Amino acid sequence: MTIFATTPSQTVGPYFAIGMPWDAGPHVVPDGTPGRIRIAGTVYDGDGVEIPDHLIETWQADPEGRFADLHGYGEQSQLEGFRGFGRCGHEGGDGTYEIVTVKPGSVPGPGGTLQAPHIDVTLFCRGLLHRVVTRIYFADEVQANASDPVLASVPAHRRETLLAQPVAGGYRFDIRLQGEGETVFFAV
Amino acid sequence: MSVEHEHETEIYDPVTETPTSYLREGPDAQPPLDSPGYKSTRLRHPTEPLVYLPQTLTEITGPRLAPALGLQESDADLTRQHEGEPIGERIIVSGVVRDTEGKPLRNTLVEVWQANAAGRYAHRWDRWPAPLDPNFSGAGRCVTDREGRYRFTTIKPGPYPWGNHYNAWRPAHIHFSLLGRAFAQRLVTQMYFPGDPFFPYDPIFNSVRDERARERMISSFSIHGTQPNWAAAYEFDIYLRGPSATPFEEAH
Repeated sequence: MTIFATTPSQTVGPYFAIGMPWDAGPHVVPDGTPGRIRIAGTVYDGDGVEIPDHLIETWQADPEGRFADLHGYGEQSQLEGFRGFGRCGHEGGDGTYEIVTVKPGSVPGPGGTLQAPHIDVTLFCRGLLHRVVTRIYFADEVQANASDPVLASVPAHRRETLLAQPVAGGYRFDIRLQGEGETVFFAV
Repeated sequence: MSVEHEHETEIYDPVTETPTSYLREGPDAQPPLDSPGYKSTRLRHPTEPLVYLPQTLTEITGPRLAPALGLQESDADLTRQHEGEPIGERIIVSGVVRDTEGKPLRNTLVEVWQANAAGRYAHRWDRWPAPLDPNFSGAGRCVTDREGRYRFTTIKPGPYPWGNHYNAWRPAHIHFSLLGRAFAQRLVTQMYFPGDPFFPYDPIFNSVRDERARERMISSFSIHGTQPNWAAAYEFDIYLRGPSATPFEEAH
């Protein structure tokens, strides 16, 4: 079979906000969904300076561990209005982002394992020629995190960069692209 | 009948069209995140090695955004989003979204954004002294049809200067965003126009080190696709990662 090469990636640039964000983008679940939480944070560069022109996307299962898509794998989410996907980026960004969602449930992992609750994150910004991918785990899921196969593969001293910390109304998850406390990024 | 409804009736087959794992790209398939010629990469590239992520359910599934966006036909025609017509060279940009096995991706979201004919973005941070066009916002969306084809009508964007180095100019380009089927397929890229004189001087275009790979970002002029007495046409096919079942080899 002929295998074609992929189209290369290019930076999202500084002006994506004219096309990519939309009003409901940060709302992974509709208003009124029980158990809604906010996940918010700041994205920093290698000098510890906020990155104003960044775009965050998230993808996750619902609290039952089911996804809101049409694949044939497992059951589809029954949570009303659950999109599973969030996108946050601003024309006049200040380095922060926020999504409104529900905490995901556990999802099957490789080799019959169970993954701890997590959210996949894509980060784009000016100066990134290709997306970077990380995961949000939850610091208060101590037991589930301890047996998560992906966290186990991350050097122990860097795992904390993947843990969202509980705050009033939700969690805080900062992303550091470079330098001290650099967030763990994944090759998918 | 709305565009959204029409596509709801022709959803892809989840069994045959959604792989359980995606081809992993080699280290040179994408531009290096640390590309010194493009200065903004200096403080924005991770320095630690990437950690291997197994492709689990989270990575092989993905959103169907088109329904949430409530697409209108005007979303695919950037010349008809205001009362008047934008100034510039009217063009049709179309192509097929495929995976690396060549299989068309039906009903997948394609998003674009671009500068106007003068090379100015309708963004508050773009301050270079070229005119804004009150009839051009520069953003569009559509979903691919049964053949994986997308199509936008727009105006040809102009090149523009930027502050990367002395006398730096970006070649004319249209930004493209592709969701594919799965988180693993996500791609943001830029489409360029054939024969652009700024190519040799642009560190973003040249961050892709392989010449044949750079050519995959350049659209081709299509007299066949041109609409007589209306708009010139450019074609741009996009290849997203496909199933990982077969060994990788370059075929174009």
